[in-house]
Amino acid sequence: MRVSFRSPNNKSVMNPSPHSQATSGSQRRAARVGLSRLGDVLFENVTRLFATLVLATLLAILASLVVTSLPSLKAFGLGFLWSDDWDPVRDQFGALVPIYGTLVSSGIAMLIALPISFGIAIFLTEMSPTWLKRPLGTAIELLAAIPSIIYGMWGLFVFTPAFSQHVQPLLIAVFGPLPVIGRLFQGPPMGIGMLTAGIILAIMVIPFISSVMRDVFELVPAVLKESAYGLGATTWEVVWKVVLPYTRTGVVGGIMLGLGRALGETMAVTFVIGNAQRLSTSLLAPGNSIASSLANEFAEAVGDLYTSSLIELGLILFLITTIVLAIAKLLLLRMGRLEGAKA
Amino acid sequence: MQRETPASQRIYRARRRLNRINMAMSALGMAFGLFWLAWILLTLLRYGFGALSWQLLSQPTPPPGSDGGLFNAIVGSVLMAGTATLIGTPVGVLAGTYLAEYGRRGWLAPATRFINDILLSAPSIVLGLFIYTVYVARVGHFSGFAGALALSLIVIPVVVRTTDDMLKLIPDSLREAAIALGAPKWKMITRVSYRAARTGIATGVLLAVARISGETAPLLFTALNNQFLSRDMNAPMANLPVVIFQFAMSPYDDWHKIAWGGAILITLSVLGINILARLLFRQKNA
Repeated sequence: MRVSFRSPNNKSVMNPSPHSQATSGSQRRAARVGLSRLGDVLFENVTRLFATLVLATLLAILASLVVTSLPSLKAFGLGFLWSDDWDPVRDQFGALVPIYGTLVSSGIAMLIALPISFGIAIFLTEMSPTWLKRPLGTAIELLAAIPSIIYGMWGLFVFTPAFSQHVQPLLIAVFGPLPVIGRLFQGPPMGIGMLTAGIILAIMVIPFISSVMRDVFELVPAVLKESAYGLGATTWEVVWKVVLPYTRTGVVGGIMLGLGRALGETMAVTFVIGNAQRLSTSLLAPGNSIASSLANEFAEAVGDLYTSSLIELGLILFLITTIVLAIAKLLLLRMGRLEGAKA
Repeated sequence: MQRETPASQRIYRARRRLNRINMAMSALGMAFGLFWLAWILLTLLRYGFGALSWQLLSQPTPPPGSDGGLFNAIVGSVLMAGTATLIGTPVGVLAGTYLAEYGRRGWLAPATRFINDILLSAPSIVLGLFIYTVYVARVGHFSGFAGALALSLIVIPVVVRTTDDMLKLIPDSLREAAIALGAPKWKMITRVSYRAARTGIATGVLLAVARISGETAPLLFTALNNQFLSRDMNAPMANLPVVIFQFAMSPYDDWHKIAWGGAILITLSVLGINILARLLFRQKNA
């Protein structure tokens, strides 16, 4: 829209009968015009102020986290990133265990959530009868509406016991003896641990990834799909060779969005990851993530160095998720532009 | 028609088979997603309904071993969510207005939109940490107000996003009509754009309320918790999610029961608000 507001000659348009008796009226009108111009300036600047405020929030978060983690940054330097020492008694802190736990649990989540979300998106766009599309789509989106603490409680009291009784012994028996993979499946079937956290994270990010995938799949022009069908392609071939190449950037953007969610998820992970400051190759062993360390320890942390080390953990988490989410957003923007250019 | 060679028939059959397998897999993926939803909701119904009672709604949280409910936590949650919405909605609506109405040129609007989308998915525990460092640590004590501030940081991006989206949906012809009548732009926005986008913006606010009702992480070190009923926003304040967290992690069975009661309360209200928002939005679009 290119509308110029109140160009100078507008006034004469608004004041079509310049009779002498209208002088006081035109003065009043001029006053009103001045008032509403003031209103315009005021309104525009107030809204701009709040927009800038939103923009500044991110920088403010970053700045405050950096400033408050200075003691720990000074004390441990870059070594903080790869030290697995976490000892509040000796005031020695390192971030390796929580970083490792965050990355591994999110990695497991993505391995599970990716194919499932892809399947859901295919089902909703290509297979489902029209009348089922909306209820099924809503049901999957409701998974995202369930608060994460509910996932945590359900995970701890219902999923974990079932998982340790029925699934984990099987995993240990099948994969345990294998040469390399076996190392991932050692130890007693405790239920809680990295793998459990990863599975619950997967359930939590499925709605985010699948809804982005569904949305971008629906952007594919019907002509493209129909010409492939017309050449005799099967549904799978249409999805794999037409839909997916067309929507690649958007799909990757959706995956990154899900990853960003998984990395920062707190409560569900805190319930089931086991909260052990220990590095273990086994996925069945308890571990810790950045978010769950914060949730468990921050309110009770005493001493400047302890607190600032935890805040530095938060800073690391914030940096990782911001980068991941920025990449997601850039990819989705590019997908949107592609669509705009084609349309 | 050309006669088909055995080789081409074999390829055809293989393609059909691959298609069937993959379509079956994607149907299974759908079933997998619904399975977890059903399992979680059934669990809540099974453990939660038994825990629901008048006592749960009317008594404050008990020490282990005695009777009690969640009254103080419910009051705290409502107070904090309400305050957060009251702070977040005007900020979000005004910022969203700038993006949609004024930001068609220049760099500020695209940049803000970009950052806002990142804040939308930012880990909520970091938002809690931020409020801790800039507010709680300065003031020197945990408080309900700090909790509300942390929650408002979640409300703002949601409201900015929906306001922006909803205002962009309004046809420019409406705006041009208002301008052509000589309305100043602020009047055009408040009387025409807002009115047309009202339901959409309300939907966004509702979704934001649903989202913060269940948020735990940002409250852990801002509002903390309080065993007693308190309406003082300047003191630590009980709230449903943190009480559920504390009670569920405890070793006491009667605390677990109360936690389940709280869990079903939260889930029902969050899902209820969500469905209400969807209905509202659909009605408007119908």
